Amino acid sequence: MKIMESQIVTEQNKKINTEFINGAEAVIKILIEEQVEVAFGYPGGAIMPIYDALYDEQDRIQHVLARHEQGAIHAAQGFARVTTKPGVCLATSGPGATNLITGLADAQIDSTPLVCITGQVPSSLLGSDAFQETDVIGISMPVTKWNYQITDANEIPEVLAKAFYIARSGRPGPVLIDITKDAQFQKFNYSYTCFKKIRSYVPKPEIDPSSVEKAASAINNAKRPLILFGQGVILANAEKEFKKLIEKTGIPAAWTILGLSALETDHPLNVGMLGMHGNYGPNLLTNECDVLIAIGMRFDDRVTGNLSKYAKQAKVIHLEIDPAEINKNVKANIPVLGDAKETITHLLKLVKPNSHEKWLQRFIDCAKIEREKVIDKELNPDSETLSMGEVINIINKHTQGDAIIVSDVGQHQMVACRYSKFSKSKSNITSGGLGTMGFGLPAALGAKLGAPERTVIAVIGDGGFQMTIQELATIYQTKAKVKVLLLNNEFLGMVRQWQQLFFEKRYSSTEMINPDFQTIVKGYYIPTKKVTERDKLEKAIEEFLNFDGAYFLEVMVGKENNVFPMVPSGAGVSEIRLE
Amino acid sequence: MEKEEFTITAYTENHVGLLHRITIIFTKRKVNIESITASESEKEGIHRFTIAVTETEEAVEKIVKQIEKQIEVLKADYYKNKEVVQQEVALYKIPSKSLTNGIEVERIVRQHNARFLTIEKDFLVIEKAGFRRETKALFDDLIPFGINEFVRSGRIAVSREEHGIGEYVQQILSKN
Repeated sequence: MKIMESQIVTEQNKKINTEFINGAEAVIKILIEEQVEVAFGYPGGAIMPIYDALYDEQDRIQHVLARHEQGAIHAAQGFARVTTKPGVCLATSGPGATNLITGLADAQIDSTPLVCITGQVPSSLLGSDAFQETDVIGISMPVTKWNYQITDANEIPEVLAKAFYIARSGRPGPVLIDITKDAQFQKFNYSYTCFKKIRSYVPKPEIDPSSVEKAASAINNAKRPLILFGQGVILANAEKEFKKLIEKTGIPAAWTILGLSALETDHPLNVGMLGMHGNYGPNLLTNECDVLIAIGMRFDDRVTGNLSKYAKQAKVIHLEIDPAEINKNVKANIPVLGDAKETITHLLKLVKPNSHEKWLQRFIDCAKIEREKVIDKELNPDSETLSMGEVINIINKHTQGDAIIVSDVGQHQMVACRYSKFSKSKSNITSGGLGTMGFGLPAALGAKLGAPERTVIAVIGDGGFQMTIQELATIYQTKAKVKVLLLNNEFLGMVRQWQQLFFEKRYSSTEMINPDFQTIVKGYYIPTKKVTERDKLEKAIEEFLNFDGAYFLEVMVGKENNVFPMVPSGAGVSEIRLE
Repeated sequence: MEKEEFTITAYTENHVGLLHRITIIFTKRKVNIESITASESEKEGIHRFTIAVTETEEAVEKIVKQIEKQIEVLKADYYKNKEVVQQEVALYKIPSKSLTNGIEVERIVRQHNARFLTIEKDFLVIEKAGFRRETKALFDDLIPFGINEFVRSGRIAVSREEHGIGEYVQQILSKN
């Protein structure tokens, strides 16, 4: 081995700028080269050399010590979502790596760029069922955009450069690099160059001008066009171009849950949220539009409802970066492949100025019906108990849509997404595709570290809170000024709602006998308050928002409230129920 | 949509784990892979997968897009049976004593356009390349002699176009 190394030295010394360092030091140098300022993780045996190398660079890379690897990866996701830079996550072999799997699956389905580095047992022990050995490459393959196992330090620069490039380019996604402990210790001649191309990988498909022309002509001839926009607009950094497009064409635009905040809530052409608990108008009128223009969204089943009853009357234009999404769920009459910023820019030149006032009025009329039947009752309830919506409404009043809203999964998530106001992009962080309970608290911490100048509010239910509650310690240790809002209905509310509506109120395992969250959070030295009465709510929210530091506000809300409107599962979008 | 036989072809880099990455695309959709082969293609360093499935065209089209989406896949496509020239290779091991009992085995082997690969003291090995139905027909004819071992390769196939998708792959390679 030593002879081999010295041979490499002689050979490589002829090249430029090499340093003789070990694999672990190389990993840290590369993180610095890639401008990683924050990494989330949890140490353990097989990744100790990397943590040791990190010790010397603590002033350049802030390491956030989570309390569970799932917390670390969700925090990295929150960081990535507000910055659009890859979130970096470190974990050890075996259980450390397997604890990342939920976060990888979440990042894969929500197109979040991550670079996860896991330690692995020494290469000589691979396959021997060594202590904390697990086949991380095999386990993570279905939930990563790319993964690779390094067993020789000489591979580290090229593989990590590829990892960052793959994670952030094209349709972003999570990458996992598994590095054996011996490769971390192995000394080699290090030099680094960023990756810009992989011959077998096309991050952005080349735009076919004729597809854009066809799309423009369909848009110009449309009488009742509707735009559906998703996270693709945010990931392509195309918010400005998108706004110009809707303003020039006068087309009403509805967002998916991950498209939230790509346009300001109050924009006159923003007709609200799609999907199972989305707004009445965009769901109902999806089945009345003549041209449906989908931009950077993937027709998730929660958006489309029953596909056989979805927009059958419409000509579908699909602007999309990922060819595998074309015709996956909904057939596109006019597919337009490419990066949304480029395709929208191109489209903008070809579309004619227009307005669709009568058609837009239909959305306004629907919004009025929804307001009377659903929204007014939610925001100004006549019940004694508090509603989730009125809490969000008061937060809006004080933040003016300026805050980053991070939600967990369940009823409170739907309420937060339906009622939160947004004035800036990248302000809605939620687990959309995977629906991962426990995502909210760590993701909020990551979001705060990614956008320290902004107010970050984690909206969480009492179920999800207890899935990653230990990350309160990480918030305390990092002194991150995260605002944690617990909407406590002492139920797994969304499941309970379904049990009420579709399982004859058989509340099987959904009632929660909870601990005293006030005592628990106090134990983490985070200031707390609990509100049960309406007349104390607004003052508590003011204190919650104004406090200079992390704060925990628990609001007791109606135990058996439901989220409406609702497209029942199996129904078409136009069968949306208001009550 | 009716299920039918399709041949999926993918040109890829030759990397550890890529086979797994490709097969999990089928597993996720509960689609059975009838056969899969991988070998170096006509292009140096580039491998070629040939995968045989019986599925609806719509499902196959989606699977092919997911295969092509993998970082190390250069190009993937699918073909109906009439669009490819395809073969399988089968090996049959039978006892040598069947040769001494008259000329029957030799006649069968000739008739099927098969050949003897080796003749040992105790056994002989026959090789036959062809369609599934042809290798199966020889199998049936050899049953009376006793078949000690039988193995059939996965399907290999080339398209009935002059170049097939290899042309796209060549374009990708020459750009880099």
